[in-house]
Amino acid sequence: MLHTTFLNKTFSNPIVLASGILGVTGASLAHMVENGCGGVTTKSISLEPRPGHKNPTMMGTDDYFLNAVGLSNPGVANALPEIAKFHSLSTAPIIASIFAGTADEFGEVAEHICASPIDFIEVNISCPNVGKEFGTPFAYSTTAIEAITKIVKSKSTVPIIIKLSPNAWNIAEMAKAAEAAGADAITAVNTISGLMIDIESRRPILANKQGGVSGPALLPIALKCVYDIYASVKIPIIGTGGVTTGRDAIAMIMAGATLVGVGSAAYYREKTCFAKIVAEMAEFMQTENIKSLAEIRGAAHTN
Amino acid sequence: MLPKTVKISKIIDENPSVKTFYFSHNLKSKPGQFVMLWLPDIDQKPFSISSDDGENFGLTVFKRGPLTEKLFTLKVGDRAGSTGPFGTCYSILPNRHYIMVAGGYGAAPLSFLSTKICELPGVTIDFIVGARSKDLLLFEDRLKLIPHLKIHATTDDGSAGRKGRVTDVLEELLKNATSKPLVVTCGPELMEKAVLDLCNKYDSDCELSIERQMKCGFGICGQCAVDDLGLCMCIDGPVVNRALANRIFELGKYHRDKAGNKINY
Ligand SMILES: Cc1cc2nc3c(=O)[nH]c(=O)nc-3n(C[C@H](O)[C@H](O)[C@H](O)COP(=O)(O)OP(=O)(O)OC[C@H]3O[C@@H](n4cnc5c(N)ncnc54)[C@H](O)[C@@H]3O)c2cc1C
Ligand SMILES: Cc1cc2nc3c(=O)[nH]c(=O)nc-3n(C[C@H](O)[C@H](O)[C@H](O)COP(=O)(O)O)c2cc1C
Ligand code: FES
Repeated sequence: MLHTTFLNKTFSNPIVLASGILGVTGASLAHMVENGCGGVTTKSISLEPRPGHKNPTMMGTDDYFLNAVGLSNPGVANALPEIAKFHSLSTAPIIASIFAGTADEFGEVAEHICASPIDFIEVNISCPNVGKEFGTPFAYSTTAIEAITKIVKSKSTVPIIIKLSPNAWNIAEMAKAAEAAGADAITAVNTISGLMIDIESRRPILANKQGGVSGPALLPIALKCVYDIYASVKIPIIGTGGVTTGRDAIAMIMAGATLVGVGSAAYYREKTCFAKIVAEMAEFMQTENIKSLAEIRGAAHTN
Repeated sequence: MLPKTVKISKIIDENPSVKTFYFSHNLKSKPGQFVMLWLPDIDQKPFSISSDDGENFGLTVFKRGPLTEKLFTLKVGDRAGSTGPFGTCYSILPNRHYIMVAGGYGAAPLSFLSTKICELPGVTIDFIVGARSKDLLLFEDRLKLIPHLKIHATTDDGSAGRKGRVTDVLEELLKNATSKPLVVTCGPELMEKAVLDLCNKYDSDCELSIERQMKCGFGICGQCAVDDLGLCMCIDGPVVNRALANRIFELGKYHRDKAGNKINY
């Protein structure tokens, strides 16, 4: 019932682990498949190793999650054995998330990572937490998106997915630019910029001061983005942001998503959140007599 | 999971590079668990809880880098941010003989465990504590006050207790054990691995505390995941039993740094 085909690859269910959550090692990624997700995304990988920001790098409340990890990762050369490890432990599809400071470097990382057994590349041009280092995220500019999409596409042997930012007010235009430049799919969305203050110490809680908001507060924002993108492009969408229940995931599919990214839910409902969400989706479909997700994909658009 | 502001109520100098800081807060923690301690503008790192009496909790800290250096300059009345308690704890069982094996600041959480179990019926404790030399031996004074507890100190240079390693004493105790003891250990990983090997050899129950690089402490970042199980040591650890420890392939071989790169022991 929940089997989903995405760019000619079959996922046992549409829930994919979002980038940056429990995705540092191959073994951790495989363990999340055991916990119920249909596919996984690695933590974003760069050319060189990065230790990331100082702690606190994240915090959560009942309503929102806030993080600025600073894109820590072991660098592409050391990420290859982790992907191989995942492949030895699990048969589920794996999306390799990559990021870089320039279009050329994006191409270099993409070329490098294609040497490992990955199914897709997700191009993270939308992290809000490394502005000091890399300047304004590329995800706010159609010109930058076109340039990066073209170069990554030309260097990759697998389909590429462009990950967009909800901070871009005209996200549908960004998706169109990616599609026109050859992107195979869109992930929407990354986190939205935010900040929280500890009033006793009178300091921002995150060491990086600003961070990215995810979790429940992001859901309506992400739904609007996916809804707008679905109306503007033909390529499939991984709908990500604030999904913590089966009902949230169904809403994401009705907005137009093919796959549903889930990250912060692991904070709200532990790592078993994936299996819980999948079970709740199946239950809803049974009650509503929905035979397949294709039946309801984009359903919120017909009026 | 917002940091809670806690005030330092007492500081004890344990030795030149170790201090115990007490914070006035009812943490509701169990021995083996840890907190993430935050000093604004500096950093936030995990520390094992070394005591918790319902009014104050203690952290025994080894001066190592920027965060702990800053902490060492703080005074009674100064504040810090604490999140937690996080992670698994040691078993608290009546009618059991415990053998504790401590190295370095590992003596702290094990002394916390001792204070919890010594009140239970039928509990006896052999407490093996090791250090390079006499001045680095931790917690001897506090351990002496705990009933049904026998201290076995070892030093590398023989300046206190017995000259040798904690595992020499452990092997003797395991060899001569009449009932089935529970071995609990906290200290440098290679020491813990040697303890695990002995417990496998003598088929003794065992609980270890595994330290890994931590960014969140609550199961989101994945920085503390171990090979090949992919379990996070902030959730399914730090305290693991013998069966689980035996399935952690990387134990005693390597851990990962902040970037996620493997560092060999
Ligand atoms: C579950 C858990 C419990 C802990 N409990 C305690 C405790 O009770 N008391 C205590 O003093 N510390 C404890 N630690 C370790 C403590 O979190 C680190 O030592 C911390 O990094 C100190 O921060 P710093 O900024 O002072 O030094 P850093 O700048 O972080 O460290 C300075 C140097 O020490 C090295 N280093 C840091 N941590 C370790 C380590 N664990 N093993 C080997 N080398 C290391 C670093 O690589 C660096 O070179 C615990 C760690 C974990 C994961
Ligand atoms: C701790 C944390 C780390 C993240 N790291 C990355 C990352 O490295 N690359 C990336 O593209 N997105 C990263 N994200 C964003 C997520 O992939 C996701 O887009 C966002 O959190 C919204 O989904 P959620 O509400 O289900 O968490 C991170 C999010 C969190 C909470
Ligand atoms: S420290 Fe983040 S998952 Fe364990």
